[in-house]
Amino acid sequence: MNSSKKKITALSKLVILSTFFLLYLGPMLFVFLNSFKPNKEIILNPLTLTGYSGIQNYISAAEKMKYIAAFGNSLFITIISVGLIIFTSSMTAYLFCRKKWVINNLMFYGMIAAMILPFQALMIPLVSIYGGLLNVLNKWTLIYMYIGFGAPLAVFMYHGFIKGIPLELEEAAQIDGANSIQVFTKIIWPILKPTTFTIMILDVLWIWNDFLLPSLILIEAKDRTLPLSTFYFYGTYSVDLGLMMAGLVLIITPVLILYLFLQKYILEGVVQGAIK
Amino acid sequence: MKKQNALLTKLFTYTVFAGPVTLAFFTVIIIPFLYGLFLTFTNWDGVASNFAMVGFENYKTIFKDSGFIQSLKLTFKYVIFTVAITNAVSFSLAAILTSGTKGQNFFRAGFFTPNLIGGVALGYVWQFFFNNILTYMGKTIEIPTLQASFLSSPGQAFWALVMVAVWQYSGYMMIIYITGFLNVPKDVLEAASIDGAEGWTRVKHVIMPLIMPSFTISVFLTLQRTFMVYDVNLALTKGGPFKTTELISMYVYKKAFNERAYGIGQAQAVVLFIIVAIISITQVYLSKKKEVEA
Repeated sequence: MNSSKKKITALSKLVILSTFFLLYLGPMLFVFLNSFKPNKEIILNPLTLTGYSGIQNYISAAEKMKYIAAFGNSLFITIISVGLIIFTSSMTAYLFCRKKWVINNLMFYGMIAAMILPFQALMIPLVSIYGGLLNVLNKWTLIYMYIGFGAPLAVFMYHGFIKGIPLELEEAAQIDGANSIQVFTKIIWPILKPTTFTIMILDVLWIWNDFLLPSLILIEAKDRTLPLSTFYFYGTYSVDLGLMMAGLVLIITPVLILYLFLQKYILEGVVQGAIK
Repeated sequence: MKKQNALLTKLFTYTVFAGPVTLAFFTVIIIPFLYGLFLTFTNWDGVASNFAMVGFENYKTIFKDSGFIQSLKLTFKYVIFTVAITNAVSFSLAAILTSGTKGQNFFRAGFFTPNLIGGVALGYVWQFFFNNILTYMGKTIEIPTLQASFLSSPGQAFWALVMVAVWQYSGYMMIIYITGFLNVPKDVLEAASIDGAEGWTRVKHVIMPLIMPSFTISVFLTLQRTFMVYDVNLALTKGGPFKTTELISMYVYKKAFNERAYGIGQAQAVVLFIIVAIISITQVYLSKKKEVEA
């Protein structure tokens, strides 16, 4: 009696989950299915794979949205920005943790307080300063801004971690004659790995998918990242659905492949980032 | 002399370790924020080299601007529904996915997937679903309400936007609730079972109070994200039909960059920031009070 009741509960749970799961993945599955069909067939019947046309859509979508160039831009901007955020923030956090100077405390709490500022409260002045006054709207400015926006959370997370590292380790190294930069690179940096990995995951997902900031800063077409090229591509070719669907699959796939390999770390990293 | 040297060393150390972050933080966040506050007291159009100080005129204007009030109301409605539904869905999914169901890791990973994809691409995926898939289904199985796209109807486009947001965020919040569920000590649950607390009673009186920290975080995150949403809004509905889905971020963006009213646009952004800050701080304060120690 009890075991059959358990089976029913287990089964109903599975049914609920599977239904939800289909609802979740349904829209993406339909996009995938229709990415192999010519426009005419999609309009006639978007639910089946009638009029399969191979990867023709993919070839012309990749060409029209300058996929390789946009992919390269996204990769370049993401890697350089995340690298610089990690490098500069870990050193800052180390200093703030180990030296209780007034300016360090002021900066640290200032950065925490600034995390509540939404991007929208800064976007207009950012455009007027970097666009109007300085006239430096390019990818280097964008990378620089990502350091400004990314540093507070990264410093905060590193700070929380470094606090727990016992001082004895560093003192021993200092007795052996290491200066503070050597202590940081040889002793502290290797211990920081788990936090570094978490910050990397959070920042890669954020910067790779960011739309609003790059749309304001990258004004030259050749600098467009993937989200930007998607937007302009959709604006120009939205009548050709087959082309659009192939374009969407091309945009979504890189992150999904990354997710396939790093799934466990990504889920953990996201939780770590949220709890902080 | 010695003192001066010590100060120099200090300055040197600070510059080496914290110099770049300090510079970026000031030039990207602090100075633009202050400059933004200054802009709200001017009538600058973003182009002209001269502009006038207008005092509190911009702030007065925005509260008389019916479009702004309209969009703010719409955003509130959107936030309330999205936050409530997202947290209900993600809480339930987390409850099922921590009760020892088959393939729970697979499901967890699957539900999280939308969070990996940028808002623009998500918006277009759903646009196709609403415009082509649902309408086609409506025609084939003859359901009148499905035959015209949700996105072209002023009443329904809003709900389409809510639906997509729930779909987008609930996987993320589910992961946070799962962590909460897994942190509930086993002995507390056993004690509750012995005392006869099962099913919903157990969830309400034993589990819920213990996972309040997850509630605090999830509600905070959903609030922040839904108030500030822009890219999905742009890709899915562009604010249409007839501005019935023009959320506040898009309104501010248009005011500043399309109408070139930088001063008014920034004043709206500042008001928005204050509203969001007050709501978030109140929410965290209220739900922190309800948290209990296990």
